[in-house]
Amino acid sequence: MAARWTLSLLLSACLFWPACLALTPPAELPQPHNLPPSLGSNSSDGSLSLDLPMALRVFSVDYNHVQAPFEIVLWIMLASLAKLGFHWSGRVPAVVPESCLLIMVGLLVGGVIYGVRHSAPPTLSADAFFLFLLPPIVLDAGYFLPGKLFFENLGTILWYAVLGTLWNMLGIGLSLYGVCLLAPSSLGDISLLHCLLFGSLIAAVDPVAVLSVFQEMHVNDQLHILVFGESLLNDAVTVVLYKLFESFLRLPSVSGLDVLLGGCRVLVVGLGGLFIGLFFGLVAALTSRFTSRAQVIAPLFVFLYSYLSYLTSEMLHLSGIMAIVTCAVTMKQYVEANVSERSKTSIQYFLKMWSSVSETLIFVFLGVSTIQDVHMWSWPFVCSTLLLCLIWRATGVLLLTAVVNKLRRNTVTFRDQFIIAYGGLRGAICFSLVFLIDDFPKKRLFITTTIVVILFTVFVQGMTIKPLVELLDVKRKKRALPTVSEEIHSRLIDHLLAGIEDVVGYWGQHYWKDKFEQFNKKYLRRFLIREDHQAPSSILRVYQELERRDQRGDEEAPPLVDPRSHSRPLLPEEMDSIRRILSRNLQNFNNKQTPAYSRHTLHQDATMDRTRKPLHRHRSLGERYTFNTQVPYCPQREDGEFSGSRRGRAGLSRSHTVTTKTQVCSMSPRPVLQDSSVPAATSQTRGLVDPKSSAVRKEQISPHHQAPDGRTPKKQLSFVLESEKQQ
Amino acid sequence: MGSRASTLLREEEIEEIKKETGFSHSQITRLYSRFTSLDKGENGTLSREDFQRIPELAINPLGDRIINAFFPEGEDQVNFRGFMRTLAHFRPIEDNEKSKNAAVSEPLNSRTNKLLFAFRLYDLDRDDKISRDELLQVLRMMVGVNISDEQLGSIADRTIQEADTNGDNSISFNEFIKASFVVRGNCMT
Repeated sequence: MAARWTLSLLLSACLFWPACLALTPPAELPQPHNLPPSLGSNSSDGSLSLDLPMALRVFSVDYNHVQAPFEIVLWIMLASLAKLGFHWSGRVPAVVPESCLLIMVGLLVGGVIYGVRHSAPPTLSADAFFLFLLPPIVLDAGYFLPGKLFFENLGTILWYAVLGTLWNMLGIGLSLYGVCLLAPSSLGDISLLHCLLFGSLIAAVDPVAVLSVFQEMHVNDQLHILVFGESLLNDAVTVVLYKLFESFLRLPSVSGLDVLLGGCRVLVVGLGGLFIGLFFGLVAALTSRFTSRAQVIAPLFVFLYSYLSYLTSEMLHLSGIMAIVTCAVTMKQYVEANVSERSKTSIQYFLKMWSSVSETLIFVFLGVSTIQDVHMWSWPFVCSTLLLCLIWRATGVLLLTAVVNKLRRNTVTFRDQFIIAYGGLRGAICFSLVFLIDDFPKKRLFITTTIVVILFTVFVQGMTIKPLVELLDVKRKKRALPTVSEEIHSRLIDHLLAGIEDVVGYWGQHYWKDKFEQFNKKYLRRFLIREDHQAPSSILRVYQELERRDQRGDEEAPPLVDPRSHSRPLLPEEMDSIRRILSRNLQNFNNKQTPAYSRHTLHQDATMDRTRKPLHRHRSLGERYTFNTQVPYCPQREDGEFSGSRRGRAGLSRSHTVTTKTQVCSMSPRPVLQDSSVPAATSQTRGLVDPKSSAVRKEQISPHHQAPDGRTPKKQLSFVLESEKQQ
Repeated sequence: MGSRASTLLREEEIEEIKKETGFSHSQITRLYSRFTSLDKGENGTLSREDFQRIPELAINPLGDRIINAFFPEGEDQVNFRGFMRTLAHFRPIEDNEKSKNAAVSEPLNSRTNKLLFAFRLYDLDRDDKISRDELLQVLRMMVGVNISDEQLGSIADRTIQEADTNGDNSISFNEFIKASFVVRGNCMT
């Protein structure tokens, strides 16, 4: 009951705003005659003053002064209130995806404005869309992209994006031309190039629409990343093809050379966007390294650099979407390691907020822009476009998948293929592109058709895809909680597969992944991340997060944990050390298992206040855990340790290895660190210098390390490091 | 060059290996050329040093253990048959796999055998149980030096807690299978 009241209130509020919008700009506000005009300049801007004797104005309204920002804010307010309303409206959001509801609100608003003003309501200008509304959404998508999954499926995604778009474009364009030839009376003046141009802009799957529909569906990760990745990457192809055909339309004739050049352009556009994104991402990561003294503006750099990368590539006519996605993906791990916890949260929240607002605005404007005078209808064209879009997408996906399945290990099943084909939603990008076409007689027809296709895909396909997913029993996202054993086993298998690939001499996926990880650890991380923030391994992260959950007494704690084994109470110093570890490494948490895809929420981090307390208490105790703060000097990856060559377990600060460095690093291909200032550890490490440590040797030595007296050298080490640090 | 001829692969051998491991003809010949290129001593077998000469394997944290997996119990040399037998574990499972030989109850690359291979990487003393110590060793290898023993110990304890169902404080093979169920390993299909 309350929900319905709220809904109606909000909807009436929503109707109120457009009334304001409709009324304010053109109308003159009526003036009470006894208002004297103000002194000086105000009377000249046509606000509201009459020819009255100069006297002091007590109350005045000056709308033109604030018109532009005022209207923008009103629109954003409208969109946001509408969004609020949906979430209070009971069962409706479960059935109808948000995008549809927003478009309907837009239609309503557009209708009201049209009715009041009898002229077209403001439309979504292409510039505003491409420069202001699209970047936040794509940035958000890129920032929260599940990197590992994306790169594993990159080949397939590129296959779909490039070839799929080409196939769709050619198919739709050529078939439409056929349709135009068949109906020469009404459609005869549409040339082949126009059809191809139209095909290029209608073929592309839209990331905004896909995101907004898929994120409510919770399909399995692989399917999600395939559709979503395709929608992101096909921007390069779309941009090139669109611009290509546009320039062809302006040329007197088209030669084969032009087509070839067009093909090269696809490559240039895609790779150019990629490199710009990489460049800005690395610069942003480097900048974030130095933000420790001005933490408040750290989030700003993330946004500025990403936006810069987008604008730069737009300026050079390269793919802005690819640039901004690459920028976000590149800088994410370094920025998150460098900035404070609060900054990290700010970044995430701002991203979500802006992308939410953008998306809402886009859909509302789509609805509003539908109400205009410029429609031209043609049954054969529109219906055939709709049909052809569906048919060509389905055949494209089937063919491409048949080929790519031979090269993949996890095949894309038929159900998945169906969802990929059905989930090819068109959205606002097509809409803006169609507005940008040079004027020609049938442009209105194109606009109308585009709107119809968008509305059809968003409404019909968007609404029915969720029941279809359930009907077809598509594999859903696993909601299992992360476990440490899972993390360990994944790592083990990764290493194992990389090793086997090395034995066989096959440069497969794991080989390159391994190589990149080594490069990353060796050069990038050391350069781009603050010295005291070099992150520990992912196994430790998962473990700490689980400990944190247990501490919090979460009811979602994994039931696998046997209650019997919790019987041993944790000793006070163990709790202390756990708290120390947690507070020290808290900022390196990221929830790998639950990608924050939801448009509405971030993963809630409710324990932040609680863990800040140990931080305060702990600082007074002094810094005993200096292990993680100093980075071992000789190039080594965090998981590149050989158990056979046990380095000093305390991380050694760089300055202290200077003396021993030369002798150590020249000794063997696998350098062993020795800390001459620590007698206990030295005796243990010296015995391990032999690079060809066989397995037997290793076995003998490791139990030795785990002897109870292993604790004492560590304490000595920490003591030594403390005193060294104080020097 | 004379000794080379005796180590060339004969057709019957290829057939036998094919039956045993399921690799195709071209795969076997390709792997054989890899085998001979690794075999610097040209005596038809590989020793541990031959494996350790592979540069990337040397820096793999599990390198030693992987090398060990190729050598049967107590031996120091592995011939081509043994090499192929180990590699057969990593062949992806095909849908239309049919085992002609009824005696071979389970192909080498079945899921269970793959998991057994991974299990043996942990379990060095082959007592069919991953004890806490063995787990600690592997953890230390993978995680590096930045982590203290106590942390590592807690992680190991937690891992055992999560997987252990019969309370013997170690992970048996069955428990390992259950725990690995959620692992999204691409080779473990």
